[in-house]
Amino acid sequence: MDLELSEKLQNVVDGLSEQFSDSFIEVYQSSGDTFVQVKAGAIVEICSYLKDEQHFIYLTDLFGIDRFTSNDRFEIAYNLISLRDRERFFLKTRLPEENPEIASVSNIWKSASWMEREVYDMFGVTFTEHPDFRRIFMPEDFDYFPMRKEFPLLGIPGSIELPSTTPDTE
Amino acid sequence: MDTKHITDQVDPKFFKEHQEKLYDALEDKHTTIEKMDDQDPLGTKMVLNMGPQHPATHGVLRLVLQLNGELIEKAKLDIGYLHRGVEKIAENKTYQEFMPYTDRMDYLSPYSNNVALCTAVEKIANVEVPERAHYIRMIGCELARISSHLLWLGTMVMDAGAVSFFIWTFREREKLYDIFDNIGGHRFTISHARIGGVANDLTDDAIAMIKDFVNDFPQELKDFHGLLDRNRIFFDRNREVGVLSPERALEIGATGPTLRASGYAYDIRDFEPYARYDEVDFEVPTRLEGDNLARYYVRMEEMHESIRIIRQCLDKLPKGPVRTDNAKQAYPSKDEVYYSMEGMIHDFMMTDTGICPPEGEESYHAVEGPKGELGYYIQSDGTGHPWRLKINSPSFKNLQALEDMLDGEMVADTVVIIGGVDPVMGEADK
Repeated sequence: MDLELSEKLQNVVDGLSEQFSDSFIEVYQSSGDTFVQVKAGAIVEICSYLKDEQHFIYLTDLFGIDRFTSNDRFEIAYNLISLRDRERFFLKTRLPEENPEIASVSNIWKSASWMEREVYDMFGVTFTEHPDFRRIFMPEDFDYFPMRKEFPLLGIPGSIELPSTTPDTE
Repeated sequence: MDTKHITDQVDPKFFKEHQEKLYDALEDKHTTIEKMDDQDPLGTKMVLNMGPQHPATHGVLRLVLQLNGELIEKAKLDIGYLHRGVEKIAENKTYQEFMPYTDRMDYLSPYSNNVALCTAVEKIANVEVPERAHYIRMIGCELARISSHLLWLGTMVMDAGAVSFFIWTFREREKLYDIFDNIGGHRFTISHARIGGVANDLTDDAIAMIKDFVNDFPQELKDFHGLLDRNRIFFDRNREVGVLSPERALEIGATGPTLRASGYAYDIRDFEPYARYDEVDFEVPTRLEGDNLARYYVRMEEMHESIRIIRQCLDKLPKGPVRTDNAKQAYPSKDEVYYSMEGMIHDFMMTDTGICPPEGEESYHAVEGPKGELGYYIQSDGTGHPWRLKINSPSFKNLQALEDMLDGEMVADTVVIIGGVDPVMGEADK
C-alpha cells in the first residue's frame, strides 16, 4: 500500500526505522491516520527518542486493544501529538497472552501514569517500573479484567461484593 | 487504625446521646478524619477524606488528602464510582445504538459527545455529510459549550462562596434547554446527531430562539464579567490558586481550557478542523498564568467566541438536506419510513445491523468538547458494532492534572480548584 505521509511523519518513520531497525515492524495508514508498529522490548528507548528528538511532547492517550488471538493477543497504542509540527500519529506494540508485561513510559510522559493504570485495570497488562501501580476504576480486590473479550457483558455473578441494603447507621 | 477516635477526643455536653450517635455514624461514612501520628497531640497531621458525595466534588470524586495543618502535603484521587463500562457496552451495540450512551458521558454538553461519536464513525466508514448538517452541528456544539461553561461558572462561583450566581447562570441554561428542546425534542440528553447528518432540521422557531439567545447573551456575559472581574473575594480566592505551569500542564496531559490557561493554544477546532470550523473565524483564548483565575478568563472568552461562531453559522447556514441520502449509511427520514416499503426496510436494516465500516480499518477522530479533546478511536471488524472503541475523555486527563495541582495548596482552596478544573465524573469514569 502506498503511504501518503507528510514530511514530518516521513521523518519520524525514517528516524525510527534507522535508529531502531531491530524493533521497527511496520508502518501503515488507515482512514487517514498513521500507525507505526514496533516491538515491545524497546518501547522506552523509542518513546524517549520520539519525545526528545522528534518533539512529540504531548501524549494525549494510551490504550489497550484485545485482539483475541493466540499470538500477540494484546495491543497497546500510544496517541502522540507534536504541537510544534501539528502532527499526530499512533505508536503500537503487541504483547503475548501469557503474562503481558511492558515497561512503563510514565517517566517520559507523566500523563501516562493514569492511562497505564486504566489499561492494567481493563486488560490486565502489567507495566513495570510504574510509580503508583493500582487499579483505577475497579476495586483492588476485583479478580477480573472487564475489557477482555471473554469477560461477559453482564458481568460475573458474585464477582464483586455489594454493600448490604440496610444502611450501616442502623 | 483506631475507629473510635472521634468519640474519644470529643466529649459532648449537650444532647449527649444524640451527638455520640452522630459521631458513630460519621466514622462509618466516607468523610472521616484519620490521625496519622500518635506523637502529634494537636492533630495537625491527618488524612482527610473528601467525597465521593461531597457537593463540591462535581459528582462522585473522592479525594484523599494528607494534611499538615491546613496545607495539603499529598493528594490522591479515587475515581471509578461511576464506572459503567461504556466501552464494553459500545462493543456490543451498533454505532447508532451507542449514541444515547454518549449523552450520558459528559452530561453537561451532550451535543458535543453525539457529534464526536458521529464524526468518528463517519471518518472510518467514509460517510459524506451534507453541508447544512455540518453547520447545524456546529451551532449545537457551540450552544453545548456555552451550556457547559455556564454550569461551570455557576458552580465554581458557588464553590467560592456566592450562591445566587448559580441561579443566574441556570436561568441562561434554561433558555438553552428550551432551544435544545426545540432542536432535538429533548431538553437534557439530546441525541440529535445521526451518523451521516442530524436527526431533523432546525425549525424556524428554533432559529428564532437561537437568534434571540445570541443577541441577549453577550449582555448577560458582560454583567457576569462586571460582577466577578473586580470582585475582591472572587479575585483573591482564585488568583495564584492551583497553579499549573506550562511545562507541567503538557507533561501531565491536561487538555481543554485547563491546558489553554497554562499557555498552549491547543484546540482541536484549530489543530485538526472538523465540520466547517475552518470556514469560520474565531480565536483560541489562552492565558499564561495557569491559575484558577486564568482558567476563568479562558472559559469566559470561549463563550464570547462561541457566540461569534454561532452568528457566522447562522449567516452561512446553507439550504439542503440534513442527512446523507445513502440508505446504507444513514437512517431514512420518517416520511420515507411511514410511506414507502424501501424506507421501512432500510430503517429496519439500520436499526438491526447499522453501518458497517470496512474490515480491519481503524481510525481516531477527536472534537473539541467544552472540557477539552474528546476523541473516539474505533477499530472495525467489518460488522455493525465496533471491535474496539476507546473514548479519550478530557475529564480523565484533567483529573490527573488536578492530583498534581493539589499538592502544596491549602485545604480551603480544594473546592475552588476542583471547580476551576471542571471535571465531569460521568466522562472520567466512563
